[in-house]
Order: sequence, then structure tokens, then C-alpha cells
Amino acid sequence: MLNGTAEEHGLGRAIVRALHLDLLLLGGVALLLAMGFVVLYSASGENLDTLYRQGVRVGIAFTILMVMAQIPAHHLRQWSPWVYAAGILLLLGVMLFGEVGKGAQRWLDLGVVRFQPSEFMKIAVPMTVAWYFADRPLPPRFLEVVAAGLLVMVPAVLIAKQPDLGTALLVAGSGLVIIFLAGVRWRILMGLGALALVAAPVLWHFMQDYQRRRVLTLLNPESDPLGAGYHIIQSKIAIGSGGLYGKGWLNGTQSQLEFLPERSTDFIFAVYAEEFGLMGVLLLLSLYLLVILRGLTIALRAQDTYSRLLAGSLSFTFFVYVFVNMGMVSGLLPVVGVPLPLFSYGGTSMVTLMAAFGILMSINSHRRLLA
Amino acid sequence: MSSRQPIKNQHQEQRLFLARIITLGVIIVLLFGLVGVRLTQLQVVNHSHFSTLSQNNRVRLEALPPPRGLIYDRNGVLLAENRPAYQLEVILEQVDNLQDTLDRLSTLLDLDASEIDRFRRSLRGKRPFQAVPLKLNLTDEELANFAVNRHLFPGVDVQARVARHYPHGEALAHVIGYVGRIDERELARIDSRRYAGTTHIGKLGVERYYEDQLHGQVGHQKVEVNAQGRILRVLEREPPVPGRDLVLSLDVRLQAVAQEALDGMAGAIVAMDPRNGEVLAMVSMPTFDPNLFVHGIPVRTFQDLRNNRRQPLFNRALSGQYPPGSTLKMLVGLAGLEHGVIRADRMMFAAGYYTLPNDTRRYRDWRRHGHGWVDLDKAITQSSDVYFYDMSYRLGIDRMSEFLGRFGVGEATGIDSTGERRGLLPSREWKRGAHGMPWFPGETLITSIGQGYMLATPMQLASISSTLAMRGQRVRPHLLRGVLGEDGEELHVAEPEFPPPVQVSRSEHWDQVLIPMEHVMHRPNGTAYQSAGRDALYRIAGKTGTSQVFGLADDEEYDEASVAKHLRDHALFIGFAPADDPRIAVAVLVENGGSGGRVAAPVARKVMDYFMLEITP
Repeated sequence: MLNGTAEEHGLGRAIVRALHLDLLLLGGVALLLAMGFVVLYSASGENLDTLYRQGVRVGIAFTILMVMAQIPAHHLRQWSPWVYAAGILLLLGVMLFGEVGKGAQRWLDLGVVRFQPSEFMKIAVPMTVAWYFADRPLPPRFLEVVAAGLLVMVPAVLIAKQPDLGTALLVAGSGLVIIFLAGVRWRILMGLGALALVAAPVLWHFMQDYQRRRVLTLLNPESDPLGAGYHIIQSKIAIGSGGLYGKGWLNGTQSQLEFLPERSTDFIFAVYAEEFGLMGVLLLLSLYLLVILRGLTIALRAQDTYSRLLAGSLSFTFFVYVFVNMGMVSGLLPVVGVPLPLFSYGGTSMVTLMAAFGILMSINSHRRLLA
Repeated sequence: MSSRQPIKNQHQEQRLFLARIITLGVIIVLLFGLVGVRLTQLQVVNHSHFSTLSQNNRVRLEALPPPRGLIYDRNGVLLAENRPAYQLEVILEQVDNLQDTLDRLSTLLDLDASEIDRFRRSLRGKRPFQAVPLKLNLTDEELANFAVNRHLFPGVDVQARVARHYPHGEALAHVIGYVGRIDERELARIDSRRYAGTTHIGKLGVERYYEDQLHGQVGHQKVEVNAQGRILRVLEREPPVPGRDLVLSLDVRLQAVAQEALDGMAGAIVAMDPRNGEVLAMVSMPTFDPNLFVHGIPVRTFQDLRNNRRQPLFNRALSGQYPPGSTLKMLVGLAGLEHGVIRADRMMFAAGYYTLPNDTRRYRDWRRHGHGWVDLDKAITQSSDVYFYDMSYRLGIDRMSEFLGRFGVGEATGIDSTGERRGLLPSREWKRGAHGMPWFPGETLITSIGQGYMLATPMQLASISSTLAMRGQRVRPHLLRGVLGEDGEELHVAEPEFPPPVQVSRSEHWDQVLIPMEHVMHRPNGTAYQSAGRDALYRIAGKTGTSQVFGLADDEEYDEASVAKHLRDHALFIGFAPADDPRIAVAVLVENGGSGGRVAAPVARKVMDYFMLEITP
């Protein structure tokens, strides 16, 4: 619909087609990455070394995108349960032998590379839930919903116990949205929603102290201005003082004077909002929306249940990233440690994101070949 | 695929999916709208509020790290100080031609390739107009060279920082220890507020043990910064409280004499005042330069130190555990007297070896043909092994072990430093626990001459020597003499601690083991007479010891010349002086030194001579 005939013109487009890429998605991602570099330069205090290292990561991540785009979805589908089983084993491995970094056990040291299995599950879980529903008649029956729910919750709980609430949330979201897309009946959905409300106090009971503190801090950040509330207070000041048009690139006092913590990683959105103002924010939101809607379009046009569900889930996960990050930085949601995709400095989530885009492109481009 | 799933209705599923995707899309757009509303609220509605807050945010709180307390010896000689360390820094933006500048600089001062390499690497990660260190720790000459030519180097400047310095370097490395950069483990342990702005922390020795006193209290200042983050003015200031200055009981001159006396041999010397527990000298050789660790030791240098076969990093005085050999024979003798197993004047015939009833194994004396008829005095003076074999057989391990324990064998002395080990006091219970084996009678015999399982540190031996000197009064050895008051004048003297004393039933039992210690030094048949006691100008009480590093079969003869150096016996000596009014107690250990009488005793004599007479060897 959006591309149809238009894409068949020109050499460049032919190359893009031959490489199984998607121009619209690729353009959106590239633009976001470019803006990310501009902001990172400012957020890191004009540190070229940081940019260089981020560049290397983007290079690696882009290579993985290219590779994933070449793999037809029906292969992924066959591998799904194995990938899932391997992921669960790795998570258990982290629990038993993991390296502790910054107080949480997330890393597995495989000698050559240090590896974060929870990151891997962000793709493995949607693949598996999609695989589970692929050949079943839809909408799913109640027991099938429960089974799929278990497939999602087991890794999510393992990750939450590491403890890494942000990633657990993303993994759970990526799986649960497939149950929704598979057409689970509204009354089951309502019932589960009610159950979740009842379960909330139980969940509170199992939360780590620091996680509870974050929720409480959200409700009243001024209660602990030098401790847990400091992040939110400083980031709200940064965003708010940016105003309609921003203070200008490299001129954000909050970030340049280092009042804003974690300004290169999780709180980079505050730097952006301070320096580019509401106008910049709206531009950024539109770009993210473009990428997400393009993903949903690919899901709609996919030709089998597996591809459809997977594409829908990957697009939605990307949205959750953006929403949770902006929500926490602007004080709408508690601080859960989710990076702003394609912006934040850091390697692990970049690779997973680009792999997901690779899969989306593959689903889109292998369509006609399969038919 | 679809043939296997007859009930799957593709068309209906597709419609359902479309509906769900649209629902999802609507939710996404709505939630993005929510973010947009939230940001409008922050950036437009509340803009002026946050703008004000942002303006006020130009005031920044900065930590002012406290200067670390100094360390002096008992005579006021400075042992650890804070010295300005000068480093050369470059502000890249102000340099016209970097390569040319570096070339010209290297003619003025010693710039090696690795320094330039590190400098170029840190250039990549810098902020604009940030000064990047090029060379750390300029020498006075380099400093002067550069100062004269400074006008030729725009953008290059000298920065002074305060760094810990140990003027006596190697001599006190094992006593004072050193400070080093705070590492990750320490970061988790310390209160990060107290250490805000502080980069170094005590790693070893006194520096580590008295970290709390030496560190001081962090101060703060509120400063106004401009848009570049530069400080415009100080608004409020709460100055830091400097760390307390420590005065050690150590005499750095005695320390030097002791170190000299070892003459390059590996070993340890501890000298203390038996009356109050003040440690006067504590030497472990070989040693290292603690100043290397302050600025971060190069990996190569560290590996060389760590892999060095002579182990300069190992503090033998506190962490080295050695069989005490014959140095503890007085303790065993005293146990025999107390339990009525022997009488001081009763003679026995000490042949060249001893056998247990119903056992053919020969427990040999160090002297091939034995000592003939000996009483307790002669047994200590000449160090007869057979005399003690016989006594310990009748005393038994339980009573012997309990009595040695009263002197603190197998128990840390509790000295105020790091790395002290406990040694080992063998007993029936210990052996069952550690080896799961019963105690054999033969092991009692070798324990009585300080061999077998028994281990002691040189510090423990000095403490035992001190207890003997004070006829049973024990005192906890300590390095801290006092803390200087905040005015830098008043001395808060550390109170000595006295563990429960060793009590004996009859006072003459002390004389019966202590007088023979004088004979060791001053009678021609004493084991240290020839080497150390003969020409002494004051009375010394002492006891030599030679402890085996490896076992000999009972028909084998130990021949020093034929045994590899690292398997040679350890030479030991404990003693105190003056014998009638002890003011110094000494323990000497020379690793693989051979005979305690020939090697260790003269070392102790040199230390005592300096202390008693200020005679430098």
C-alpha cells in the first residue's frame, strides 16, 4: 500500500530490495540514530571517544540487522522453541554463575564475550509465543491463553529476580501483546486485568527495596531530594527549563554543568528536551511514531500468523521502550532503567533493537517470495 | 501447512488481527499523546518555574577532601607526609602545534613513549578546555627546567597536587604500609560521603589500621559556577578537618640499624619495650619502596615484585610463620617445673639420641654425641634436646600445650597493623580437628624443641621474649605511641594493654629458666657466647634456635654445606637486655640462615648495642 509500485523504480531501491531492507523503516531508524549522535555529543560533554565507541556499536548492530533481514521468517519459526529453551537455560546460568555488575546479576561471562541473556529474551519470547499460536485456531481458548501466559511469565520472573525490572517489563510486554494480537476474547482480558489489580499488592511484597523506593519516589520526589528523587527532580528541571524552543545545542545548563545524572544513558531524553525544547520533542515523537506505525503496517501485510504476530510484537516492544523511557524521564512513570532506543549510550539494547528491525524487514521483503 | 489445520479460518483470523492492530495503534497514539501533554505541561505551562530552578542550579556543592594525618616516629622524625607533587598538564585548545610542542618538551624533560601514548589516549576522552596530564611527578630538575622556559609553551602548565610520600621508603614499608587509589571493593565498604573528593586510602600496615584517625572529616563549599562550569565565587565554606597526626613508638634509627644488621639476608627483626609493649623496630627483609604504590604502580614493576623469589612484598615479621625451634625451651622447662615433672638441680644423662619405651625410633640431639650429665641450667645453656625429650614425655602434650598457650603461642598478639597471623599451637584436639588423627607420643617430643607442627611469627616470639623479661607480665605489642591533638601539640598517649599474666607457683621457677638465658650469652659453653655474648658491656639474656625446614631420616646427618640454600635451617634468637632490668626485648629470624647461635644472635646483639649504648655497628 505504502510502497507497492513506487519502490520498483531506481537502482538504489533495487539494491535495497535485493538486500531485503525496507527503505521507510531504514530511513526512520537512520534519522533517529543520527539525531542520537548529535545529542550524545552534547550529553557526553563533547567527548569524541564516547561517540567513537557508540559508532562501533552501531556498526556491529547494523551488521546484525543486515544478517537478520536475510533470514526468512519460516526459519525463525522453526528455531523458536530451541532459542527459547536456550534462553531459559542461560537465565538460570546467570542466576547460578552470573557476574555481578552494579549490584545485579545480569551478565554471563563466556570467556570471550560477556553476555546478557535477558536482552536475548526480548526477541526469544515473542518468537516463541508467536510460534505457539501459529498453527492453532484463533482466537485462542482460555487454557491456551494460560499456557502462553506461562511461556511469558517464566523468563520475565527470572529476569525480575536478577533484579532488572526494566527488562522484565519489556520481555513481559513483548509476549503479552501477542496474546492480545492473537485475538484473546475481551472478557478473558478483563478477567486477567482484574486479577492483575488483585495481584498488585502481592507484587509489591516481592519487590526489592530499591524498586519500592522508586515507586514511592515517583509519587513524591521531593521527599528525598538528594537520594532517589534526585534523578527525577533534576530531569524535570532540565526538561521544563528547555521551554518551547530549547536552550540550543550544547547550551543545556542542566546537562553541561552535570546536574543531570546518567545524562548519556537513561536520561539522555532530558538533555534533548532541554536543548531542543517542545518543538524538538514533538519532532522526535513523530519520528518514533513513524517507525512504529511502519512496523505495524508490516505486521498487517504479513502473510502467515507467525510473521504477523511477531512483527506486531516487535513494533509494540519498540513503542514500550520509547514510552517507558520518556515516561520515567518526565516523571510519569517510576525509574525502571529502560534506555531511549537508538539514542542512549550503551551496547546491549542497541544490538537487540537492530536485530528486531532486521526481522521486521525480513518479514516484509520475503513476503512475495513465499507466496 | 493449512491442510493439517482444517479448523483454522484464515480469513476470519485476518479480520480479527486487523481489528487488534488498529486497537493497538490507537492505544499507541493515545499514549504518545499523553507524553506530549506531559511535556507541554513541563515545558510550556510550568516553564518559568523550572527556568527559575535551573538558574538557581548554578550553585554547586563541592567536597573539600581533608588533608591526611602525618606519621612521626618516637623522636619526631617524619615518616609519612603530604607533599606537593607536580604534574605537567596540557590544554589542547591553547596549543598551536601539538607535535612540535611535544618534541620541544622532550628536550627539556624525560618524556618516554608510553607517557606520550597514554597522553594521546586520554586526549580523546576529554572535554573542551580540559587540562590533560602529560607527565606525572616531575622531578625538581624537570620542574626548574620547565619553569624557566614556560613562556615558550602556551597551553602547557604545571599543576600541584598533594600526594602521600614516605621519606624513608623501603625501611618502613612493612610497618607503615602505604596508601593507594580507592578500588572497587573499598568503594563498597567506605562511606562515600566521608570520602567525597578523596582518591587515596590506607591499604596496608599503620596506614590501613589507623585509616579512621588519619583520614579526617570532609568539608564542603557552595560555589557559583558559570555556564562553562568554572567557579566564579565561593558562597559558603565549611572547611575540612584534617586527619590526626600519629606518633609511632618506632625509632627510625634503631630500625635502620636492625635493617643493616641483617646484611641483605631474608628475615625479620622485632624489638619492643617489654614494660609497655611499644614496638621499637619491626623489620622484614627484603623490602620494597612503598612510594611506588601511591601513584599506581606499573603492572610490570608490580609483577616483578610479586614474582620475586625473595618475596619482598611479604611481611615476615607479622605474616611469616616459622617453627620456633629451641627458642621456646624456657617455656617448656617452666611447664616441667610447675607440674613437678623436673627439679632444676636434678641431673640426667643426655646421650646423642632418645628413644621412647617399646619404640626403636631414635629422636636425635642436635649435638651428635649428646651433652653428658645435664641439669636444667645446662640443658638451656647448651640447648640439649634429649633433656627436653625426656621431660616432655613425662609432661605430656596436654599440659605442655596448655602452658605454652598461657604465653600466647598460637594466638595473635593483636598488634595494631594488618596481616598478622596466629601461628599454631598443636594439641590433641587441634590434631583431631585438622588432620582427623590421634596424637602420637613422638610428636610430643618434637613439639618440646619447637619443631613439628608448631609455628610462631617473629612478632609472637618478641612478645614471648617480653613476657619472659617481665617474669610473666604480658603486654600487647603496639606501634602507636600517641595521637597529636588538633593543635598539633598535645599528645594523647596510647594506654598499654595487659593480657592476663603468666603466674607461677614459686618465684624461683622464673630464676631457674631466666638465669640460664644469661648463661647462653655469657658462659663459654653458651650457644651464643662465641658469636654474640662474649664481649658485651651489659648483661643479656637470650636463647638461640635453629629450626628445620625439612626433615632428616633418623640415621641422616645434617650437613649445611651440602643442603640447598632454600632448604637450609632457619636461624632464630630471642632475648632481652639488660638482664636484671629489661628495657628491650628482641626476636630475630633469618630465613635459611643456618645456626641460630652463629647467625641470628649477632644480629640481635647489634640491635641491643645500639639501643643500650648508641653504638652503631
